[in-house]
Amino acid sequence: MRFSKAWLVATRDFKVFSKQKNIWYPIIVFPVVISVLFPVVLNFSLSRNGGIPAAVLLELMNSFSLFFIIGAAFIPLSIASYSIVGEKVEKSLEPLLAAPLTDGEILLGKALSALLPTLVAMYAASVVFMFGMDQMSFATLGYYYYPNWTIGTLLLVLLPVAAVLSIMFSIIVSSKVNDVRSATSFGALVFFPFLGIYLASMTHIITLDITTLLIIAGIIFVVDVALFFVSTATFRREEILTKWK
Amino acid sequence: MIDTEGLTKKFGNLIAVDKLTLHVDAGEIFGFLGPNGAGKTTTIRMLCCLISKTSGTATIGGYEIGNKENSLKIRKLIGLVPDNVGLSEHLSAYDNLNFFGKIYDCTEAQRKDSIKRVLEMLGLWEKRHVLAGTYSKGMKQKLAIARALIHDPQILILDEPTANLDPEASKTVRDFILQLKGEKKTIFLNTHNLDEAQRICDRVGIMNTKLRAIGKPQDLEPMASGRKTVIALEQVTDDVVKALKKIALKNLTVEGNTLTFDVFDPDKENWPVVETIVQVGGHVRTVNVVGLDLEDTYLKLVRSSA
Ligand SMILES: Nc1ncnc2c1ncn2[C@@H]1O[C@H](COP(=O)(O)OP(=O)(O)OP(=O)(O)O)[C@@H](O)[C@H]1O
Ligand SMILES: [Mg+2]
Repeated sequence: MRFSKAWLVATRDFKVFSKQKNIWYPIIVFPVVISVLFPVVLNFSLSRNGGIPAAVLLELMNSFSLFFIIGAAFIPLSIASYSIVGEKVEKSLEPLLAAPLTDGEILLGKALSALLPTLVAMYAASVVFMFGMDQMSFATLGYYYYPNWTIGTLLLVLLPVAAVLSIMFSIIVSSKVNDVRSATSFGALVFFPFLGIYLASMTHIITLDITTLLIIAGIIFVVDVALFFVSTATFRREEILTKWK
Repeated sequence: MIDTEGLTKKFGNLIAVDKLTLHVDAGEIFGFLGPNGAGKTTTIRMLCCLISKTSGTATIGGYEIGNKENSLKIRKLIGLVPDNVGLSEHLSAYDNLNFFGKIYDCTEAQRKDSIKRVLEMLGLWEKRHVLAGTYSKGMKQKLAIARALIHDPQILILDEPTANLDPEASKTVRDFILQLKGEKKTIFLNTHNLDEAQRICDRVGIMNTKLRAIGKPQDLEPMASGRKTVIALEQVTDDVVKALKKIALKNLTVEGNTLTFDVFDPDKENWPVVETIVQVGGHVRTVNVVGLDLEDTYLKLVRSSA
């Protein structure tokens, strides 16, 4: 596996994306919504109701941070399904497969082209989010709530494994369908577990402390590994040329 | 350069390529002819190590197919023009080529040189910064050929490069292929265009799951005997008919001012006939050989195997 070759594949994809508005919407809209809109709305309702009890604010902030995980699952979905189904539609995979690259290098390139924009977008959003929330936490709690170890675990451990889960899943889905829209809608299935976690935390079935986050990340990591094997089996030359629809 | 021995590919129960044995010399243009579903694309894909073989062997430039390490080496030797052009439509022609140049480890200087050279040869240099998606079909096909040549491969494999092209664009592509032959490249050309095969190929193979015939186009033509010579005269006089009856012509018929007879080797058999006519005072207007040629051989072989 030569990383330089995978990087070539990824950078070509970036160049293609730069000319595709559709790909940019989720990359930009989602982070803006969670990093700017949510703190602003919260702040607004705070000032109208004369403040929120500290405990409620804490709880809101914690469950809210899960949206970064949902975003990390959402963004790669649209990129990966575009970059693979898009190539299927253009039939541009075959020349690539005929080039001296290994299947793994092409797959890694595709994964990187979905992963990197996601990480950049979500990390940038998280900085804005933490800054905005800190203004409120300082007013309500008397101290800056962020950064802390919990959000650190969430962003640095859970977020990447969730993004990888979504990428692997999109690759597998993309091999079965022929248009970007159905790839994205099938891929949306990947949301349900994360939505489940969000609801569980809202309804106090789980508390999102570091231990819980690490356990969730561990479970997702195991699923990642399993899906990795499925996707490498799906993303083989012979499969792509003879079985993909 | 390309050698196969009993090369076979099955898809489940369907045999797509059956015990293909052929040899293509370095520097030769080999035409691989066959109807739809004959297994031409499947053969190419096996040769480019894109799909596995079921049995048999094949070597490309001395490397045997079917093992991972050789696959990369073989793919480096080959430039493939697949049946679908497969360009990145959102990239310019230049970026399409530049990317593949990088993939094939060409240095920046090599890439610049070779992109300019190939695009100029194909008449696309002026449009190099235009998005490939906006190109016409013919231009896309040329660009796909340019892409296959970017690393200056020894072997060029083309899968029906002139299908969907208008006559003029087809001619440009054919001329270009002939030009590449001048550069000592080995060319494997899939086609169902017989005329094209006849014009540019040194040798052709006729394929329909099995290889039905292989040889020079002109050697394959007589395989289907039954051509006719048609001679049009100013006037068919009794003298002419009498003289012709003396030289034993097969199935001679006279219709108006036209004579028709069976011929096996027109180059040898026609001139004595013309000479005889002229000697008895006939005026020959035209001499034509009609009927069977490569197309008939092809149809005969393909039908007999169906
Ligand atoms: N992935 C596949 N799965 C099952 N059968 C296949 C597959 N690919 C090709 N075939 C079958 O193998 C046979 C040969 O197909 P191939 O594409 O090689 O023909 P071809 O000579 O290239 O035809 P065409 O002129 O239409 O391009 C056909 O009967 C086809 O249906
Ligand atoms: Mg074909």
